[in-house]
Amino acid sequence: MQTTTTLPAPSAPRARAFSFAWLGVVPFFLFAILFLILPSGILLIGSVQNARGEFTLENFGGLFQESIANSYILSLQLSVTTAVVGGIFGFLLAYAAILGGLPRSVRTTLLTFSGVASNFAGVPLAFAFIATLGRLGFVTVLLKDLLGFDLNQTGFSVFGFLSLTLTYIYFQFPLMVLIIAPALDGLKKEWREAAENLGASAWQYWRIVAFPVLLPSILGTMILLFSNAFGAVATAYALTGGNFPLATILIFRQIRGEVLGNPGLGYAVAVGMVIIMGGSLAIYYFLQRKTERWLKQ
Amino acid sequence: MKKFPIWSWLMILLGFTYFLLPLIGTLDFSLRILKDQLSLDAYVNVLNAVRFQNTFTYSFTMALWTIVACTLLVAPTAYWVHLKLPHLRPVIEFITLLTFVVPAILLVFGLIRIYSRPPLSLMESEIGSDFLLVMGYVSLALPYMYRAVDNGLRAIDVRTLTEAAQSLGAGWRIILFSVIFPNLRAALLSGAFLTFATVIGEFTIATFLARPAFGPYMANLGQTRPYESTALTIISLALTWASIGMIQLLGRGAQGQLVGTR
Repeated sequence: MQTTTTLPAPSAPRARAFSFAWLGVVPFFLFAILFLILPSGILLIGSVQNARGEFTLENFGGLFQESIANSYILSLQLSVTTAVVGGIFGFLLAYAAILGGLPRSVRTTLLTFSGVASNFAGVPLAFAFIATLGRLGFVTVLLKDLLGFDLNQTGFSVFGFLSLTLTYIYFQFPLMVLIIAPALDGLKKEWREAAENLGASAWQYWRIVAFPVLLPSILGTMILLFSNAFGAVATAYALTGGNFPLATILIFRQIRGEVLGNPGLGYAVAVGMVIIMGGSLAIYYFLQRKTERWLKQ
Repeated sequence: MKKFPIWSWLMILLGFTYFLLPLIGTLDFSLRILKDQLSLDAYVNVLNAVRFQNTFTYSFTMALWTIVACTLLVAPTAYWVHLKLPHLRPVIEFITLLTFVVPAILLVFGLIRIYSRPPLSLMESEIGSDFLLVMGYVSLALPYMYRAVDNGLRAIDVRTLTEAAQSLGAGWRIILFSVIFPNLRAALLSGAFLTFATVIGEFTIATFLARPAFGPYMANLGQTRPYESTALTIISLALTWASIGMIQLLGRGAQGQLVGTR
């Protein structure tokens, strides 16, 4: 696969080809600098400046004040919960559809539905859940009419944490299905046969062979789901009208000038998020290396 | 020996219930604008609303610009890196991954900070803001567009095709547009549809650049017109479905997406 890219350039003399070749990537790097690196860099610079433009680390100290720390904690709780629950649910679904002895059409349908659901997010998704779990929502009414169970009496609110969790899971589990499906396909039939020949039970095959091979992919995908939820804002904003203090919503309101009142602190909140996202991506790459040892695609 | 896979079926049933309940709920809600009677009035109201038509046209146009800009940026670069600068590949991949680390809300935070004041005050004019919006969307679309094109390039023999074209006397324009791009058609189109699905209802960036886009309009409508906004939800679901359907038809499989409208 890699061989074509490592051959030396055969046509033009190497020195000449080299001296002009970089021109071809100038537009890309220009774009990246202007619209990716510069905007991220300015947040970093802003986060280490005070109101007079002098260097300071005070802003990062401000992250530990109660309201900001709580936003981070809430964002982390929501992201971890939806990543783990959505991840497990998605894995079980993909497993059932691919290795569970179901007809192939189930698998195709599941993958199509997952493609749609993982892309169906933001404002419309929030509306869908309000129409479903709101005070007069479809499921709320259904539960009351069929089971006599009044969701509104339980303290459940469509604008609360549980509802937001359910909404996020709606785009989280399909993503798990899509990413984990190739890994499940990569489990070789020979491994199972070999295990059976050695007298392993189905459970032993899973515990000793399949699960350890899949574990890095499962964990890696869950980390992707985590950062997917951690950076999300539109869904939560549309669902709760901006009243739910996630870290992203804090930034949303900071840009509007509604909170904090200190620009440097706003940038520090943003940089804190970038660090968390970057860290999780680094772990993801580490895990993916491990996966590739067994599951070459 | 084979028994009926009851657990698998139960699992699938659970999954599809989760998937379908909110959709049925939304559809049901969107049809109930008149008391005690099902009607399509909410849809008629929405489709006839001038602001819907304007914002939708605007977002549609911006989506097309994004697709054009992203294709012209990514495809030649990926091709060139494949052919001449393979050692730059990790750098390019790293840049495309920045979008994962800097989600839309943070990207627009930085964009505003830079482009709302001199020397680069793009946001002072309408066209400058539109340009900035498209560039923001290109950043969002970059990772999966790049991945789609990169996978496409790995599947064809870039070097041989290029040399064959060169030895027949083709220039770079002909090589790119008549030889390489047609071979990447499926990859480019699936990237384009995914971009479309992401951009058409995008909320965060459009809001902060104060653009008259579809996403902010939808969010606004939700606060005042519950029935019309659920009708819009069904319409945007249909659009997402159509985009993903096109990708499936192109045989690229369902694609996950990690950035964008969330």
